[in-house]
Amino acid sequence: MITKRIIPCLDVRDGRVVKGTNFKNLNDVSSPVDLAKYYSDNGADELVFYDITASAEGRRLFTDILTEVARTIFIPLTVGGGINTVDDFDRVLKCGADKVSVNSGAIRNPSLIPEAAKRYGDQCVVLSVDVARVDGVFRVFAKGGRENTGLEAIEWIKRGVANGAGEIVLNSIDTDGVKKGFDLEMLKAVSDAVSVPVIASGGAGCIQDFVTLFKTLPKVDAGLAASIFHFGEVQISDLKQTLAQNGILVR
Amino acid sequence: MIAIVDYGVGNLFSLKSSLDAIGVDACITSDEDVLRSADKIILPGVGAFRDAIAKLRESGLDRVVVEEAQNGKELMGICLGMQMLFEKSYEYGEWEGLGLLKGEIIPLKDFVPSELKIPHMGWNKLIFKKETPIFKYINDGDAVYFVHSYHAVGCDDSVCSTSEYGREVTAAVSLGNVHGCQFHPEKSGQVGLAILKAFCEKE
Repeated sequence: MITKRIIPCLDVRDGRVVKGTNFKNLNDVSSPVDLAKYYSDNGADELVFYDITASAEGRRLFTDILTEVARTIFIPLTVGGGINTVDDFDRVLKCGADKVSVNSGAIRNPSLIPEAAKRYGDQCVVLSVDVARVDGVFRVFAKGGRENTGLEAIEWIKRGVANGAGEIVLNSIDTDGVKKGFDLEMLKAVSDAVSVPVIASGGAGCIQDFVTLFKTLPKVDAGLAASIFHFGEVQISDLKQTLAQNGILVR
Repeated sequence: MIAIVDYGVGNLFSLKSSLDAIGVDACITSDEDVLRSADKIILPGVGAFRDAIAKLRESGLDRVVVEEAQNGKELMGICLGMQMLFEKSYEYGEWEGLGLLKGEIIPLKDFVPSELKIPHMGWNKLIFKKETPIFKYINDGDAVYFVHSYHAVGCDDSVCSTSEYGREVTAAVSLGNVHGCQFHPEKSGQVGLAILKAFCEKE
């Protein structure tokens, strides 16, 4: 059967990985290429690169870096950040990305998901959603979690899948950064609602959080995290070993 | 020299990069002469069967690939490129393939249990079925990366590996000088590179 995926997420601004790291054996911890290779060599199943650049110059740098990463590592790459048009899909796919993640761009432009899915296939389109509870309702937030769109999250995600999104990244704003575990309640609601792979994001603080995630919600396909990997708090090789010991299928 | 057939389908950047990474001299080409003089040929492919085989035929390279393979040149099809090696595909209709291998391509949704997600996407483990030179450097149980909604059946003579997805799905085929991977070796980490290396080294 398909193994559960462990996915480090790298935020890139002006060509450098944001968020400090303290890896041994890595001379340049903010080099996207070096860090990507480190993760790839140490068992990451996929990498997500998130472009948090605002300037056109930064975007060009990001594209150059992506090309270099794709030339260096040979696992699936997902790219997000600043994806607003089908041309943006084209730009990053040409650099060697395998999947493209849309978030605010899909909210602003309702035809983005269907057009991209038609051109590149559903498997290429990832819908990333930032969700928080507002008065007991799951609401979609835009602009990096700063703006409540008023959209009800489960409906938004179901519509995205119907339009051709082949995978969902669910970022819980409520658990993000808290490091007390993934948002199991929210993840259950989403994975029960759709039949495409769901990637859990936000809240992982230790290895046990991943074990709990996959044990509690066998329908969740992958766990994504950033800082715990970047700061070396969790080594992917240790994580995978523990998952395997708990009967969870990993690569 | 390894020739990667360029017939206007898909992005060949990762495949070329992975061959570069293992130190293999490779080129992306749509030139008949280059294909004919190459040591080995890789036939990639993504998207829909009908469109891909139509483009391959339009380019005239289908004939070259078939003739070279029939003359004994080592050939590897990847993903949809592997599916095109067979006689027929039932992807949205009925389409004739290159016919280099016996068997046909059918939808996974009619094959695997209905509760499983389609496409079959992600890392899955190989179950070896017979010895093949392309698996020289890898082991039974190694995981590779799949993205597909169709697979080959009726290929008992060529199947060399399956993967378990509710049922055993055809993962790789190898018969004489004709090989195919349903998964993406160029996206399967060290295992994938080891498969490409074994293919490129094959005598």
